[in-house]
Amino acid sequence: MTLSGKVWKYGDNVDTDVIIPARYLNMSAPEELARHCMEDLDPTFAGRVQPGDIIVAGENFGCGSSREHAPLAIKGAGVSCVIARSFARIFYRNAINIGLPILECAEAVDDCEPGDVLTVDLTAGAITNARNGRTYRTAPFPPFVMAIIAAGGLVPYTRERLQRAGARGGSPTR
Amino acid sequence: MGHTLAEKIIAAHVVDEDGVPAPREVWPGDLVEVSVDLVLANDITAPIAIGEFERLGVARVFDPERVVLVPDHFTPNKDIKSAEQCRLMREFARAQELPHYFEVGRLGIEHVLLPEQGLVAPGDIVVGADSHTCTYGALGALATGMGSTDIAVAMATGRVWLRVPETLRILYRGQLRPWVDGKDLILYTIGQIGVSGAHYQAIEFAGPAVERLPMAGRFTMANMAIEAGAKAGLFAVDDLTRAYLRGRTERGVVYDADPDAAYARVVEIDAGAIEPQVAFPHLPENARPARTAGHIAIHQVVIGSCTNGRIEDLRVAADILRGRQVHPAVRCIIIPGSQQVYLDALAEGLLEAFVRAGAVVSTPTCGPCLGGHMGILAQGERAVSTTNRNFRGRMGHPDSEVYLAGPAVAAASALAGRIATPEEVLA
Repeated sequence: MTLSGKVWKYGDNVDTDVIIPARYLNMSAPEELARHCMEDLDPTFAGRVQPGDIIVAGENFGCGSSREHAPLAIKGAGVSCVIARSFARIFYRNAINIGLPILECAEAVDDCEPGDVLTVDLTAGAITNARNGRTYRTAPFPPFVMAIIAAGGLVPYTRERLQRAGARGGSPTR
Repeated sequence: MGHTLAEKIIAAHVVDEDGVPAPREVWPGDLVEVSVDLVLANDITAPIAIGEFERLGVARVFDPERVVLVPDHFTPNKDIKSAEQCRLMREFARAQELPHYFEVGRLGIEHVLLPEQGLVAPGDIVVGADSHTCTYGALGALATGMGSTDIAVAMATGRVWLRVPETLRILYRGQLRPWVDGKDLILYTIGQIGVSGAHYQAIEFAGPAVERLPMAGRFTMANMAIEAGAKAGLFAVDDLTRAYLRGRTERGVVYDADPDAAYARVVEIDAGAIEPQVAFPHLPENARPARTAGHIAIHQVVIGSCTNGRIEDLRVAADILRGRQVHPAVRCIIIPGSQQVYLDALAEGLLEAFVRAGAVVSTPTCGPCLGGHMGILAQGERAVSTTNRNFRGRMGHPDSEVYLAGPAVAAASALAGRIATPEEVLA
């Protein structure tokens, strides 16, 4: 699976309060949340982001609140992928669970500038920067996490598992 | 090689493909599926979780006794959209016949409420769609925050997948100074290790200074483990824990870390050297002694939240505010963490002391902590708050500022109209 898009670059510790401020947590539809995505960090983002664009950030992206509204807002805004030096753990789980691709790659982040165009091969774990022609490698996801991504998120993955367990005569819900 | 507290609790909860208990030794980095003892969501996170639950095609939650729903964030309903979210949650609780749905008037801020109600026991695995679920580590439980989709699957199956975390052990030595409590210890600690200093790890809080720390202070410390990036923050169960649990729950399995457990890192802190702290905007790691803050005029003080909304916290605030007057330029908002805390504060005369001092007392709610309602900041305004996050825009306008502190510094600052220590205002 290959993605390509223009880079929006941010720094370290981008927290979920700036990704989607709490004043918008009285709703949960991705397209509504998307209108306020990154609002308190970069008020221009929501109006200018194009489908396929890529967010690139530093350490600890998505720290703070467990609100799934944060990856939903990013996905709803049409962002194809988030690349960071590192992710906060709840955001990491949430992004995988809802099917938002995320990659950890410090080198690709450090070399990248706003407006660069990146091409990402998720299966191979490769990121190519069109400006400098370099290709960066990322660590592959563990097979278990890859299976969730392949199923399209945790809900379809679990639904399939429950059906298989039911067919085996297992007790899917204890 | 021995095991840490987190490893032992996870090991005891491992299940196989069909959800059948299959306890086994685990090591950091292992990906395992575990059974959960309690699943939690609130009025912000439950609506998404309920939607995902319905997509799973499962009719009933795995065990109604173990699914807890608390509408605490935007309640009493702050607007029509919030009211709709609460209604969705209430209807789900009714349809699923959940005994632990807590309605306004009978609730509390979730992480004050659940331990108080005896819903969490030592050795439990608790998952909550709220990042401060880690609070229950104070009871020797492995408790961690997750998103709504994880919680939907946990509600349906009673299981979650976990990566076994490495453990960071923090040893607190020495005797605490006057006015220093759990909040000062944890702010100082985050100042030392940073907001990702315990990235993906479990923290074990240990050492003589925390062995003497009352439960309220332990809840405060475990609560903010997430602010160092941790998955969980745990305390060993001791006599103080047992005294707290008495009359609340009979359940629980007590685990102790092995003396030869393998830690990712051990940090030693001289707790006797720690002064009352304040964390400057916009990260909890910007902690420094409140004494060195300089002249920072403030507009609002908030005393409450899942971090510091317990009766012990209100007593500290009352000791400072009683018989004095909140500074004319300051709005001081006090929020008991639960109906029980409210009643206790009433019986002890704390609420009268607050109101006579010129503070306002609110019903239990997360409200201002996350910029929801009940105390939003305008552009350029500054607050001293006993809450847990001071991110940009956290309590209102993106150009407002939050300074984190414990109840003593917050109450002192309310009197002084600027960041102040208790010694300054009581002199």
